[in-house]
Amino acid sequence: MSYLYAAYILTWVIHIAYLGGLARRYMRLRKEIEELAKK
Amino acid sequence: MRRVFPILAVLTAVLLSYGLYQALVVAPTETTMGDVQRIFYYHVPSAWTAGVLFFVNFVASIIYLVRRDTRADALAVASAEVGVVFCTIVLVTGPIWARPVWGIWWTWDLRLTLTLVLWLIYVSYLLLRRFSTSGQTPVIAAVLAIFGTLDIPLVYFSIWFFRTQHPQPVIGGGGSIDPRMLHAFFVNLIAFTCFGALVCWSRYRLEVLRREVEETQALESLLEVRGSR
Repeated sequence: MSYLYAAYILTWVIHIAYLGGLARRYMRLRKEIEELAKK
Repeated sequence: MRRVFPILAVLTAVLLSYGLYQALVVAPTETTMGDVQRIFYYHVPSAWTAGVLFFVNFVASIIYLVRRDTRADALAVASAEVGVVFCTIVLVTGPIWARPVWGIWWTWDLRLTLTLVLWLIYVSYLLLRRFSTSGQTPVIAAVLAIFGTLDIPLVYFSIWFFRTQHPQPVIGGGGSIDPRMLHAFFVNLIAFTCFGALVCWSRYRLEVLRREVEETQALESLLEVRGSR
């Protein structure tokens, strides 16, 4: 059972980590857009 | 698409939750492998989604080479990146299943090795996109992607044409399967495909936005240089 849970948990850890990375990149871009708009 | 996206995201979340419930609760326990067989409901749909995304990358790369369409290039980058995430899951869940069933985490079996090669090809593709500063990068990357795609049929057919340790396909391979297992499998297959498509779409939008920002910044600095003269 522990192998099963390990596989399912790791799957979602990888997906959530990637989605978190995407969100961080998006926030960084938003900041850059705001800075460009100020100029 | 922007208005429809939240609705599709909620529907996909519901489908993924339903798929998880089907895989862990409804699907019966396999007699020889036990509960560890349930890894199949995540492993196979992840492999399928990775394959679909790499195929999208292949088509987008061809379109880019023919038409020099930058949107196709952005889609190629997005699909390769999300495809690598799904392929990573395949390479993580596979050994977790193999340890209790085969007694080993990894063996240099043809399908396993070809899947690792596929992952390495697309990681190389992403590294090329990330670190190369040449203006020819999109063209070189597109050619690499087209050759990389050739590995997908090799991965798929390796268990049909060669004697490998990897299990033979149960669905479409002449074996019988409990209808509840089949239902759990197809629910997860659809859920993972929808999830992969949504993440790829988000990554594509991000890539398009990133390019627009870079172009504006380049234009801005050009105007600053002209203004200072």
